[in-house]
Amino acid sequence: MSTETSIQIPRTAYEVERFTLPNGLRVVLSPDRSAPVIGVAVVYDVGIRSEPQGRTGFAHLFEHLMFQGSANLEKLAHFRHVQGAGGTFNGSTHLDYTDYFETVPSNALERMLFLEADRMRGPRLTEENLKNQIDVVKEEIRVNVLNRPYGGFPWLKLPPVMFDTFPNAHDGYGSFSDLEAATVPDAAEFFDKYYACGNATLSVSGDFDSAHARMLIERHFGDVPARPAPSRADFAEPDLTAERRESYVDKLAPLPAVASAWRVPDPITDFAGYLPYVVLAEVLTDGDASRLVERLVLKDRSVTSVGGYLGFMGEPFEVRDPTALLLQSHLPPGGSVDKVLVTIDEELDRLATDGLTAGELARTQARMATHLLRETDAVLGRALRMAVLELQRGNPGLLNDLPHQIAEVTEDQVRAAAAALRPNRRASIEVVPGGNQ
Amino acid sequence: MSQTISLPELDANRPLALPLEAEQTLPNGLTVLAIRRPSVPLAEVRLRVPFAKAELADAAVLAQTLFSGTSTRSTVEIAAELQTVGGGLGAGIDPDRLQISGNSLVSGLDRLLELMAEVLDDAVYPEGEVTTEVERLADRIQVAQSQPAHLARVALLKRIYPGHPYAVQTPSVEDVRAVSPEALRALHARRLHPAGATLVIVGDIDPEQAVQTAAKRLGGWNGGGESADLPPIPPLVPGPLLLVDRPGAVQSSLRFALPAVGRTHPDHAALQLANMVFGGYFSSRWVENIREDKGYTYGPHSVIEHSVAGSTLTVSAEVATEVTAPALVETLYELGRIAALPVREEELEQARQYALGTLQLGMSTQSGLAGLASTYAGFGLRLTFLAEHSARLAAATLADVHRVAATYLAPAVAAPVILGDAEKIQAAVSAIVPVTVESKS
Repeated sequence: MSTETSIQIPRTAYEVERFTLPNGLRVVLSPDRSAPVIGVAVVYDVGIRSEPQGRTGFAHLFEHLMFQGSANLEKLAHFRHVQGAGGTFNGSTHLDYTDYFETVPSNALERMLFLEADRMRGPRLTEENLKNQIDVVKEEIRVNVLNRPYGGFPWLKLPPVMFDTFPNAHDGYGSFSDLEAATVPDAAEFFDKYYACGNATLSVSGDFDSAHARMLIERHFGDVPARPAPSRADFAEPDLTAERRESYVDKLAPLPAVASAWRVPDPITDFAGYLPYVVLAEVLTDGDASRLVERLVLKDRSVTSVGGYLGFMGEPFEVRDPTALLLQSHLPPGGSVDKVLVTIDEELDRLATDGLTAGELARTQARMATHLLRETDAVLGRALRMAVLELQRGNPGLLNDLPHQIAEVTEDQVRAAAAALRPNRRASIEVVPGGNQ
Repeated sequence: MSQTISLPELDANRPLALPLEAEQTLPNGLTVLAIRRPSVPLAEVRLRVPFAKAELADAAVLAQTLFSGTSTRSTVEIAAELQTVGGGLGAGIDPDRLQISGNSLVSGLDRLLELMAEVLDDAVYPEGEVTTEVERLADRIQVAQSQPAHLARVALLKRIYPGHPYAVQTPSVEDVRAVSPEALRALHARRLHPAGATLVIVGDIDPEQAVQTAAKRLGGWNGGGESADLPPIPPLVPGPLLLVDRPGAVQSSLRFALPAVGRTHPDHAALQLANMVFGGYFSSRWVENIREDKGYTYGPHSVIEHSVAGSTLTVSAEVATEVTAPALVETLYELGRIAALPVREEELEQARQYALGTLQLGMSTQSGLAGLASTYAGFGLRLTFLAEHSARLAAATLADVHRVAATYLAPAVAAPVILGDAEKIQAAVSAIVPVTVESKS
């Protein structure tokens, strides 16, 4: 039993106000007047797992099209209006959702609501914009995957080893041939099906008065036509019963690397069963005092770095089932992947059998609290997390509770989680270096 | 159903408000700046120590092994003690300084500083740990050498800072492998001292109290040692485009270096605005041209980089190999256009709003404030510079922007470099500008 409570885990008290507009749009407000800035996030319940067969990369391509103009906004206007208000913007496509967001000085609140509402009514989908953004996305893929070592490792390379169905296994950045085959009618259909206001959440955090913000939200989003959310597909797959392991040659990579994944409990329906795995990943890999860094990096020198996290895109609280705990390692020249995997098994066994050392769990939980609080210090960090927590769980206030819920995970739970990471449930992908050899 | 709605006006802006802070220079020479930002119950710390002219490989390994043990604690024990208060510390170097960065739960600030002081006074650089970190760093450098962005930067620095310590900022694998614990101990003894160093603390703190805590923990840090000054960077020499061969590259890395000025120079605010209108943010001419119109690239950017010995403006884009020459043409066109013709009023206002607004955004988190305060301190500035700079941004005129654009952004003063597949791009690029080729060594 670990009973150390050497440091108090603090609690945040961000206000959370939730309401739903008559058209079905769910809204979360979290006022905080401590700095004159606001974060605005609109999140749609569609992501990489929902894109159709033959259209790999389409969710991401469509995200780009949402910036290309709408009824009252010419192409380029969105960017100019945000930046011309002193703000920053972006969007990103994830496995289970797509987000659009701005951070701006608080005097631009109404303008941001106008911009988001206008594209929620519908983007301008033209052949010219589609062609242009296909080119831009191809350059993005070249920068992030094709022209660099370890591109797409492991987030694009491991899912096809672990999963068998198209939604879970396919390349979310997309093949160039699928991207080039995308049409304007495809985009219109995708918007109609998934970009319904009943399938979205809006979250605003920072420097505003709630009643005023609510009035502005009703003004701008109130007349977005009501369209219900599509029924969400079931992406479930059975757990692995036999180990899977594959490798590929990366022509640009000078050194070997390996990543492994094990399925974990459903993050939404079994949050209590899932949290111990979130803690386990940190016990194993957070800093020089973690189990695997100490063993693999400092003692054995069999890896040069090791990282562990939940979800293929590293977002433990923004992913649905099926998902995984991942461990990834970069190896020195000539390093043995077999040896690394065997050592990880040994360390998991040791953790499961012998438990944690005095203070080990409490200090890991304290550091996790710091990480979580840092992420939510930025207004946008709060707006995004609350928007997704509302979308996936109907519980944006979980943001305030997370550090304590993590601190309540027990040693027995962490040991049980470690015991579940058996080789026969493991999927691994190995990078064989092809560069500088 | 697409009714026309007009763009809402912006409400009145809230003025820039500087946070509560306290400052004290301790008898050993350490300046402590404590800044209150109580948004989350954490503390951020940044210790910046001047480190110019430190031997490159030694300095790089020192940053990796500073926390590898003291006479009483191992790497793992130091890390575990830090974690116990929700803390973490790490070190990094650049040609100007060594910086220790970290954070913890605010209740652990005293302990965090105590452990930082322990390491500063008593890091021992154990043989085994140094060997491990040397090999890790050597591997990381090898990986960096396979990354186009790194290779393009190496080529650019070598070209624009000849004979200056800034010319080479990454040590060779061989030099790293030759670093010994003795060399690290000697470098630490010689250079890791409080004179000229600044400790910034930001968080849910009482600034006066935090200064006292820092004085208690770091007041005993040895005040001896040496310092070194850097010569100013050499003037930028324009000339032919340097083409660095990277056979098989599917993209070309396009870089332009241009002259720039430091933060306190009278031209700085206008140059910042001119750079924005050119290519310094998304809604700029160059980005709208080569990304949103032509689709040549994904994330082009243009930034003023400030270092202690001087400032340089760098323009960067990764473009598809087959459009390298056209992307170069558009870049030269946009630089030439802003140097030759005044910008439009609305372009300037948009850039001005962006520059002013992002100052507010940058100050709105503890880590943002800590980074700003620490960087400014390295240039002898304080957060009050934000207010002064805001006033200069607000006052810059169209004429100011035109004048600085003609001076600093003209293609004639640029030093261009392209890293790419020479066999595929050399002929087309040579048709646009004179080219010299550096083949892969």
